[in-house]
Order: sequence, then C-alpha cells, then structure tokens
Amino acid sequence: MYVAVKGGERAIENAHAWLAEERRGDPAVPELSVPQIREQMSLAVNRVMAEGSLYDPDLAALAIKQSRGDLIEAIFLIRAYRTTLPRLAASNPVNTASMLVSRRVSATFKDAPGGQILGPTFDYTHRLLDFTLAAEGEVPAAPTAPADTQDVPHILGFLDRDGLIEQAVPNDDTPADLTREPLELPADRALRLQSLARGDEGFVLGLAYSTQRGYARNHAFVGELRIGQVAVEVDIPELGFPVEIGEIELTECETVNQFNGSKTEPPQFTRGYGLTFGQTERKAISMALVDRALRWRELGEDFTGAPAQDEEFVLSHCDNIQATGFLEHIKLPHYVDFQAELELIRSVRAAAFANLEAAE
Amino acid sequence: MNQQISGGFSDAPRQSATAFRAILEAMSRPGQWQEVQGAMPPAPLSPAAGAAILTLADHNTPLHLAGALDCPEVRYWITFHTAAPITSATEASFAIGTWQDLQPLDQFAIGTPEYPDRSATLIVTLDEVPAPNATLSGPGINGSVEAFCPGARPTAFPLGLDLILATQSRIMGLPRSTKVEFL
Amino acid sequence: MTALDAYNFAYLDEETKRMIRRALLKAVAIPGYQVPFASREMPMPYGWGTGGVQVTAACLTPDDTLKVIDQGADDTTNAVSIRRFFQRTADVAVTEETEAATIIQTRHRIPETPLQEGQIMVFQVPIPEPLRFLEPRETETRRMHALADYGLMQVKLYEDIARHGEIATAYAYPVKVEGRYVMDPSPIPKFDNPKLNDSPALMLFGAGREQRIYALPPYTKVESLDFDDHPFVASKADHACDICGATESYLDEVITDDQGGRIFVCSDTAFCRSRQEDAA
Repeated sequence: MYVAVKGGERAIENAHAWLAEERRGDPAVPELSVPQIREQMSLAVNRVMAEGSLYDPDLAALAIKQSRGDLIEAIFLIRAYRTTLPRLAASNPVNTASMLVSRRVSATFKDAPGGQILGPTFDYTHRLLDFTLAAEGEVPAAPTAPADTQDVPHILGFLDRDGLIEQAVPNDDTPADLTREPLELPADRALRLQSLARGDEGFVLGLAYSTQRGYARNHAFVGELRIGQVAVEVDIPELGFPVEIGEIELTECETVNQFNGSKTEPPQFTRGYGLTFGQTERKAISMALVDRALRWRELGEDFTGAPAQDEEFVLSHCDNIQATGFLEHIKLPHYVDFQAELELIRSVRAAAFANLEAAE
Repeated sequence: MNQQISGGFSDAPRQSATAFRAILEAMSRPGQWQEVQGAMPPAPLSPAAGAAILTLADHNTPLHLAGALDCPEVRYWITFHTAAPITSATEASFAIGTWQDLQPLDQFAIGTPEYPDRSATLIVTLDEVPAPNATLSGPGINGSVEAFCPGARPTAFPLGLDLILATQSRIMGLPRSTKVEFL
Repeated sequence: MTALDAYNFAYLDEETKRMIRRALLKAVAIPGYQVPFASREMPMPYGWGTGGVQVTAACLTPDDTLKVIDQGADDTTNAVSIRRFFQRTADVAVTEETEAATIIQTRHRIPETPLQEGQIMVFQVPIPEPLRFLEPRETETRRMHALADYGLMQVKLYEDIARHGEIATAYAYPVKVEGRYVMDPSPIPKFDNPKLNDSPALMLFGAGREQRIYALPPYTKVESLDFDDHPFVASKADHACDICGATESYLDEVITDDQGGRIFVCSDTAFCRSRQEDAA
C-alpha cells in the first residue's frame, strides 16, 4: 500500500548538518577566520555591507563565511539581522567634501584642486594570474606619504560655479525610507537612490550598461569618483552639538551628463549620483548612470521606453533578496496548483477531441 | 499635573497580542462585544480604550483627543507610553472621544479612491454597553444582528470611517463595511 | 541554528507588529482591498511565506494553537520549517488537526474539514494583484481598483472561453468580494474557492515581497468570476482517494511506476488520516 512521504523535520535537520559540513570543507585545510575574510576578501565584505544596508565589516565577513561565499545569501543574512536592530538615532548627513580620500579620479579635468589620486585600484593591473599569491608570500609594503587633511572640493562644484551644470538644490526634507514604508509610486529621487544603493550590483550594472548602448543614452562622464573615510555625526540634544560616533568608508560617484535642453530647461550639463558603502565603485558608477536615466521626467526629457528610464520596472526588480526569494520559491512544492492545471488541460483536450470526433 | 507613568502593559509583547486579538475579533464581527484588559490609564480614559491605544498607536500614528479626554493627564499618559503625536482631527490616524465630541465627522480623513485605507479610526467612548438601536448586516455578520450604533457615518464605500466603541472593559467594532438600519 | 531566544515574542519587534496590526484592521474593514504595509525582511526567503509569517506573528497570542500546512499537508518541508519557527519564537502549541487549531497558516490549500467561528486562516500570497498578469504596472492596477474597472479581467476570461471552451484558470482563480473588489485568493485550486464564501472563519492574506495585506471577514460574500452561460465549476480529479476512499476531497496525483501507474490521494493529509483512523 502507498504511504505518504513523511519525515520533513528529519530531512531538514539532516540537510542543515550536511550543509555545515560542506561549508567547512576539508577539515585538513585550516578554517578561515572572520578577520581573515574581513581583511582579505574586503571587496566582498564591502558589497555585502552596501547591498545589506548595514555598515559592519565583521558581521559582513561572518555572513560571507556562513554563506560559503554566496554573496546574495550573505546579503540576505545581513538584511534579516538588520531589520531586528533598534533605531537609536539618525545621523546628520555625511559631508563627502571633507572625506579623507584614498582614491579620487575625474574624467572631465586633467587636474583640479585636491589632485587625482589613483589609490588601491585594479584599473591598470594586467589581468594575469599572479602565481606568487598561490605561494602565500608576504607582499612588500607600499610607499607612503603623509595624508592631506584638507577638504577636497567636489569637481562638479567648479561647473556649478560657472552655471554650466544644473543646480543641485539642497533640501532638508526627511527622505522616505523603503525599509519602513511600503514603496509608493511615483518615487522621488531620494527614494530611488535608496533603492538603487541597496540594489543588486549586477542588475544595476546591466541597466547602466544598457544606457551606454543607447537605451536612454545619457552621455555620462565620470565627473568625479572618490573613495575614502567620512565622519558620522549624531546630534545629541542634551549637548546641543553633534558628536562624531565613528567613521565609515564610502564610494561617491558624480557623473556629468550631456543635455541638449528641453521645453523647460536650458542646455546645460546634468547630474547623476551614486553613493555606496565601502569601496564599491562599479556599483556607485552604475548607480549614477541609472539615477540619471530615471530623472527623465524632472528634466523634461522624453520617455523612450528604455528599461533604465522605467522607475516602476527598476525599483520593483533591483532588489536581489526579493528577486532571489521569489525566483527560488518555484522549487517549493506546487503539487496542488500543478494538479489543478493537469485537470484543466485534460479537460480542454478531451473537449477538443470530442469536437473532432463529432466533426468526423 | 499628575504625571502618571504607570498603567501601561507590564508584558507588552503578550498583553498587546491578546488585546489585538480582541480588537481584530471586534472588527471582524461587528455587533459582538469583546473583553480587553491590561491597561490602567488615568481617568477619563477607560481601560478598554487605553488598551486599544497601547496596542495600536505609536510615533507613526497622529492621535486626536476630543472633548474631556484632551486633558494633561491623558495626554501625558499616551505620549509616555506610545509616543503618538497628539494632533488635530484632520491629521489624525486615531481619534478618541465621545460620539458627540467627535463631531463633525467630516473633519476626519476617510481615505482616497486609490488608498481607502488612509482613513482615521475613531475610538468612541461609552460609559456602558448601550441597548441595541440598530440592525447591522454586512461582512462579519451572519445574516443580521441587533446592536448599538452611535450614529450615522459618511457612506462612500470603500471610503469611510471605522469605529471602535469602547466601554470600561469591552470593545465593539463598526467597520465602514457594516450596513446600519436604525430601529 | 541561531539562538532565537534573544528575539521578541513571535520574533517581530513591537513597532513592526503594531504596523501590521493596523494594516490588518484596515484590511478587515475594506474586504478584498490590498492594504500596503512595510513588510520586513524575515529570516526566511521572500516567496516562502514571509507575508503569511508576518501576519501570523502579528496575530499569535500565547494561548493559540497553530497549524501550518503547505499543499494541504502538515509535513511538507516548508510547513515544518514555519511551524518550528513559531514553536521556537512564540512557544506556541501546535497541532495537525484542523478542528483543534485557532490559527491555520496555509500555502495553496483550505482544509477539507469545515472551518469554525473563532478560527483564523492565514494565506501565504505570492502575487496579491489579480490584475498583475493583465497589467504589470501597479500605478495602473491601483487606478483600476479605485474605479472598480475590471473590464480587462472580463475580456481575459471571455477570450479563454472563446479559445478553450472554458475559463483556463485552474488555481488563483479570481473572486469578487461583496460585489466590489476583485481579489486574488492566493494560488489555491479553484476547488477551494467556494470555501471562501460565507465562511465562519476570518481569512487573512499576507504578501511579504509585494508588501500587501488583505482580508475576508467571516460571513463575507465571495463570488468566483464567471459568466451566466459558463458558470464557475469547482473541479477536482474525478477519482476517490486511494487511501481513505474520500470522494469529496481535493486529490494529489502520485506517479507509482514508470509504466503510467498512478494513484490519487487526499492533498489534506490530516483529513485523510482522520478518515483512516475512523475507519479502523
């Protein structure tokens, strides 16, 4: 006699035990420590912090270890942890002009106050596998120079002074927060930027690339890309002045985009903006391009039907935790729905064959 | 000013869960009174109305106090326990008062066609459970039921005002979907 | 596993529960209308019941008895996982018996045993918008609901009849609630649709990824969309259960060999088992 499958609980426990064993790998090979991941897989750590929306390199490293290096899984762990945290205070906006920069490049001016700083970049490495790393040799120390603690003015500020670029008007409105309020469309720019900052690097990269290839082309130059440390300050009402609670590493990208003018705006350069946690410049540049593409309405441009211009499309699909969950849920049992479909298709086919017989 | 800080839930996660179930049950079964407990607010706020506020209000829900309830003791207690901003009727997510003090009803948000949920919920205070004065029907009601309704509401379903009637210890829901025929 | 003892009763923090509870009350007051809510990231993937889990967490009291089913069965892995989550975080009593449960969280089925007053059904919903596959834009579908403009749905159903001779929707079959909102009943087979109408139980629907909550209060009029000349039929496989012999229950088809052998068994495992016990 047929006996229905039982033992779901046992199966889950066994799967978890097996997973833990696979995560550890060959026990003859030394186990990775969280500090090792934090220090030596730092770009992975940065991506997990950026898309996890939580600045904590140790937790991000732990998540990477726990997820066996599956970064979307690690981002998921961080997001799920983040939602449970109490919100003690909101910081003041960080001032990226007083960033202690480790990298700062402009594609629009050969030189500018503050200089071009290449920093720790892969840009001009030849992509040749370095077999000396396999031998685990120590690297020689890089040359150093005293840090320049002067503020580094934003390149776009120079264009702004000459009236050549659209004004970026500061406003003190409290931005919406899509982690606390359901997404409502149309979204304002702050909400779009929050969504993009948390968005999947690959998805945002693909969209940005599509704008370069002509789907809502917006002729972007990297006006400035800067990476470095900024101070995070919180107002303490009892003290009456802001207190620095720590420093975080940020990547900021401002693009200068060509613009022919529209019915409402004179010809001038326009802006795209990207800001992400850690050293995550591919993401920051992509974000700036997509931000610019999404701004078609406020700049009086035409909607060309390009995916990168379509706010509802971009914002509904850029979150990799939402996407991966829904994608992977189709491996859950769907016996009931499938059975309903089976009955339907049998019924439709039976009716079709009956009609055929009647015709003959 | 008597700054009462006692009288909140002593075990908020469990007491608010139990109170919410009573409120959910009340809103799901118009005409049936439900017991709610756990709050000891300062007069003239009743324990039942106080429990509803502790369960539902927080810094995200502007709250309007009408009539005699708009007194320092009640204001302080609600602010201390929920951090709900005390506001005018037009901005309120929740409004509390006697039916008379809540008038006119057109000062409250009834939602929009796209977002009918963006409406105020009125917590109507009563001394005791009044005698039925109306026949209620609609969702949540098996056929019809005779119960108390404090008065007519704007009817523009799906827009409208949802009521929670509150005595000292009991509550009853009158969602906007309930059809009311006064006896 | 992470120690869940450190988390609040029923996992969610109180502010989140209040937000969900307010949404639930609006949902009950406007039957069939999808209330937006700020769905939280849960420790299980989107698409795996995060909406249902948040609704259950907001409703659970220490006195509840919880039943969790997936595809009608208590023993499917995701049902086991969700049930265990609430045992750990809320220390709640659990059951497999429909009659004994005060809250039943479900994916894709409504139990065969008739529901009672005082029970709450919590449905996990993947796509809450019944018009989504006809019009992908939320901005458009919101307008259609506001105007009760459901012509697009009527056209789709009519085209089905023209092409197939019947409405080609077997699950997630759209319903109209109290003559106003068209609602997605979640991917239950259309066999279960009649159980939504005039039920003594409260039905709550949670869509986590899509950030929507909606509800059917008890004794609410719920009609499956159809046409006078093509009335709705709650169909199932035309067999009896090969285990308990039930003829009125929804059936799963099980392949037994590679020669075309198959049997049909109740999808509601608790129902099937109680019938076997009664017969023994």
